[in-house]
Amino acid sequence: MYYFDPHIHMVSRTTDDYETLAKMGCVGMSEPAFWAGFDRGSVESFRDYFRQLTDFEPKRAAQYGIQHYTWLCINAKEAENVELSREVIKMIPEFLEKPNVLGIGEIGLNKNTKNEATIFLEHMELAIEYNQQILIHTPHLADKYQGTRMILDMLIADSRIEPSRVLVDHVEEHTAKQVLDQGFWAGMTLYPVTKCTPQRAADIIEMCGAERLLVNSAGDWGPSKPTAVPDLILEMRRRGHSEALIRKVVYDNPIEFFSQSQNFSFTHPE
Amino acid sequence: MSIPLNSQQVLDREYLEIRGKIVELAASLDRLERAEGCVSDDNRMKLISQGLQILLEQADQTKAGQIQMLFSRVYEDNWRNQFDI
Ligand SMILES: [Zn+2]
Repeated sequence: MYYFDPHIHMVSRTTDDYETLAKMGCVGMSEPAFWAGFDRGSVESFRDYFRQLTDFEPKRAAQYGIQHYTWLCINAKEAENVELSREVIKMIPEFLEKPNVLGIGEIGLNKNTKNEATIFLEHMELAIEYNQQILIHTPHLADKYQGTRMILDMLIADSRIEPSRVLVDHVEEHTAKQVLDQGFWAGMTLYPVTKCTPQRAADIIEMCGAERLLVNSAGDWGPSKPTAVPDLILEMRRRGHSEALIRKVVYDNPIEFFSQSQNFSFTHPE
Repeated sequence: MSIPLNSQQVLDREYLEIRGKIVELAASLDRLERAEGCVSDDNRMKLISQGLQILLEQADQTKAGQIQMLFSRVYEDNWRNQFDI
């Protein structure tokens, strides 16, 4: 089965991973800008990172028949530095016309602080001004519920935000329904340890339905598994779910969501 | 939408896995007891025992959802006033 990984950090992965993903049926991916594992010192670091995301990475993916898209922002962790964040936000429009840019992301909260929320709101303004879609990171572990509610508060309070053009990522059992009920798209991130497993993601699909629900691997520099989406495909097959339902979650849904972005010009492999 | 498997099939499929997870949990608790010192006043121990209780109780909400909320920080809806943004 062909699939699309809507949230994977390929700058942290090797070219061998591209090959493995292609062999497993991955034909498209979107890569949100995120934290590099250390705080970057200047806006120039981000400019280089955005060049990597918009120029180098799509070429590397194309060698394996994978269509690569991206999202730009300063992530929630570095957003604690308000001054640097504002410089990055000012620079982002330089890249919004690049052919693989789908929108602003992954913005969000990390420790749910005032500075993070301030920069989240400023990213929202940027997205509105440039008519961009938004991809959102919700915090992990004990901070997830509180942070997700705060993010929903900020989105809902602004009538210019169209929920159907916003993806709220890393939802789990206690946050998925609230995100979906408000009309947003929701993404589940499959991690081998501590976070959502393929089994639990299949449970959430069974409980919430497959409408506006996506699944991704995150595949970053930490312990993560870039081939986690095929793990979910297998789990759903083993439970007896239809191929049509599985395909909706791993292929049709991401394409439907991304199609709202002016730069999305995906060619189906068949 | 529901799970296409019936409960007997789920049990057949997951019994050994559940058994294995309970043994892991038991061994972790044993390890805590064997180690030097005392953590009974640590709030995390209280959360762990509340979590274990949830597993055996009947409730309207899912057990996974309840466990997630148990281990979550509290959300206050006036946070924007507190932050003044
Ligand atoms: Zn990410």
